[in-house]
Amino acid sequence: MRDASPTQPGSGLARRGFLKSSFVLAGLGLAACTPADAVLDTRVRLRQWNLFSGGDGNRMIQMHEDFQAQHPDLDFRATTFEWGAPFYTKVAMAAAGGRAADVATVHLSRLASLAPGRLLDPVDEGLLAEAGIDASVFLPNVWEQCFHDGQLYAIPLDTHTHIQYFNPEICAEAGLLDGDGRLTEVNGLEEFLDMCREIAQVTGDMAVSLDTTYSWPIFWAMFRQQDGELSFTDDDFHLDDEAAYTAFEALYRLSEEGLAPRFADGQGATSNFDNLQAGLLLQGNWEIASFEATGTPYSATQMPNFFGNRRTRGDAHCFVLPHQENRDRDRTRAALTYAAWMVRNSLSWGEGGGHIPAYQPVVRSEEYQPLEPHVHYAEAAANTEFEPEAWFSGSASQLQSEAAAALNGIHAGTATPKDALHQFRRSLRSLVTTPAPV
Amino acid sequence: MATSAEAPTPPQAHPATPASPQPPGTPGPRPRRRRPSWAGLWFVLPFVACYALFLLWPSLTMFVDSFTNRSLAGGETSWVGLDNWATVLTDPAMWQSLWITLLFTLISVPPLVILGLALALLTDHARRAGWFLRLSFFAPFVLPVAVMTEIWGFMYQPGFGIINQYLGALGLPQPEWLGSENTVLIAIVIATVWWTVGFNFVLYLAALQGIPRETYDAASIDGSGAWQRIWHVTLPQLRRTTVLVIVLQMIASLRIFDQAYLLGGHFGGPNFASRTIIHYVYETGFVNFQIGMASAMAWVFFVIIGLISVFQFRLLTRNED
Repeated sequence: MRDASPTQPGSGLARRGFLKSSFVLAGLGLAACTPADAVLDTRVRLRQWNLFSGGDGNRMIQMHEDFQAQHPDLDFRATTFEWGAPFYTKVAMAAAGGRAADVATVHLSRLASLAPGRLLDPVDEGLLAEAGIDASVFLPNVWEQCFHDGQLYAIPLDTHTHIQYFNPEICAEAGLLDGDGRLTEVNGLEEFLDMCREIAQVTGDMAVSLDTTYSWPIFWAMFRQQDGELSFTDDDFHLDDEAAYTAFEALYRLSEEGLAPRFADGQGATSNFDNLQAGLLLQGNWEIASFEATGTPYSATQMPNFFGNRRTRGDAHCFVLPHQENRDRDRTRAALTYAAWMVRNSLSWGEGGGHIPAYQPVVRSEEYQPLEPHVHYAEAAANTEFEPEAWFSGSASQLQSEAAAALNGIHAGTATPKDALHQFRRSLRSLVTTPAPV
Repeated sequence: MATSAEAPTPPQAHPATPASPQPPGTPGPRPRRRRPSWAGLWFVLPFVACYALFLLWPSLTMFVDSFTNRSLAGGETSWVGLDNWATVLTDPAMWQSLWITLLFTLISVPPLVILGLALALLTDHARRAGWFLRLSFFAPFVLPVAVMTEIWGFMYQPGFGIINQYLGALGLPQPEWLGSENTVLIAIVIATVWWTVGFNFVLYLAALQGIPRETYDAASIDGSGAWQRIWHVTLPQLRRTTVLVIVLQMIASLRIFDQAYLLGGHFGGPNFASRTIIHYVYETGFVNFQIGMASAMAWVFFVIIGLISVFQFRLLTRNED
């Protein structure tokens, strides 16, 4: 406020000095943005994005540490995003901007929805062969799914499915284990419900825990066990109403009778099993990792036989190259080296993550055969049912989101199987009439 | 403004003669006369530039996009006229999520304002424990949304969550909280009130401390009791703060997304009962890549917020006079 200050000779200098020093500081700040090691680093940069925020995430981190140790010439860094939409939106946006990570893991069922050719760059089969991977090491039907318009876009890592976990102690008390400690096989929904009632008497709570916010995989298993068909044409769909109704009704009865939770998210479903509130759990094979960590007594087997067979819902993880505007050959080569290494070393992924490796030499290896409880659901790979291909289909897709909405009411008891079927049909109608954005 | 009255004078006359209209007899070294100075512009430039670059420009491109079938996945973009707008305005899911957003605002604003005031009055009266109450009431506000939703998500779990455990011990019914479409919004409101009431509390507390003590003394001398003092002295003095708190709270509640997305899940469940309009825009644009459609939707929301703001502004400023 003092009026003398503007004419003081020193103040101008001070201001200039201040400006000068702030420029210097700003310069230092900018320099600090680029870490010194990145400037001097001659290693090839390799950035990986993945969505393993579940029980299998730790195993992936261990594998990455091994990979980095064996490849000191690569500056490797992996980032894990939350599973589902948070991950896919980031991959899509980064790829739309042409500055995505060098390699990412996605669900094979989402390949079509990620606009191969625009958001995904094709994989050079020659370069991949140099890294030691070609068609001969995968099952032909899996390898074929990695192609889009005759070009290779994905390198398969595993198949994963929903399986049935059981607590041997609870099931033994309910008299449901055979001489080998295996769960008695049921034949049909009614037998399964009877088994659940016996388990509920032991737990004093529920019998079978499941993720009610995402019970689509169980619905799909039940639907496909009845040979239910869902197919899409350009602007229409076909759904087997009877099979869908029966599946909705089965899930409705489970929650209505208190045999399954009215509400549990992914973590909650596992916690119910951990806390001995349920003797069974219908969940993906990746939960093996979390049970190993918590020490919960568990074993696993295939999806129950609800409707005459043990089909289950499944998907596959694969590596893709998200679109980059200025694709660098060295980095692409490094990305394929990485993918090939992961595929070849997927024994660890299968053992710790519970996934069924796509790489056949591992599946046939002597180390893989005796793994517990993997051996008990090994056949699940053959019983795996994928969803029909569409831009709105696949893991964490809009189809699953709409189905989950219909299923929420079934578990909560606020909707009847008839309501759910009606709502699901309406959602399908709206999805097929939306112009495809990819 | 002053120049406009002197219409006959050529406009450039003023800038050309900067010092001449100085009133005679004003001494001193300050030849301060209105010279069009650009200094002010430089001060606001950083803000204006960011505002234009990150708000105005995207909003305009979004408006243009709303007439195209633009996709995040690239590919050919073509004009579709009013198709997106027609689809959006007849989409029941859009209206449902808009209704959820408005419902959240209607349920969350009253407790957030009233509780903020009540806590501030309590703190203002509790002299001794004042610092402790200030800390306790404001502390949740500094938590990141992810931490807040993680805590409440655990507490709401049926079966092993702490809330239902106590409700069960008291023999009360145990709702599914996040699991039922009837209770999920209430659950989000309760968590939000706990989380953000501290902000309104601080605004009210500051206003309370600005009320002159003499007015209370005068009221006491006139024989008014504690409640009468609150009713007749405190509340009228807090009117302007209340207007501010309500306006800020309405805006904050209308743009609900983070805590609903994190507590309700990626699917906005159960049965889309927690899918707010911003969530639906995000889902349409970034999950399903329909940028054109999402742009139209965002503009519909913008227009609705604009209407609410104008209405609110007129209502509150009329009371002001």
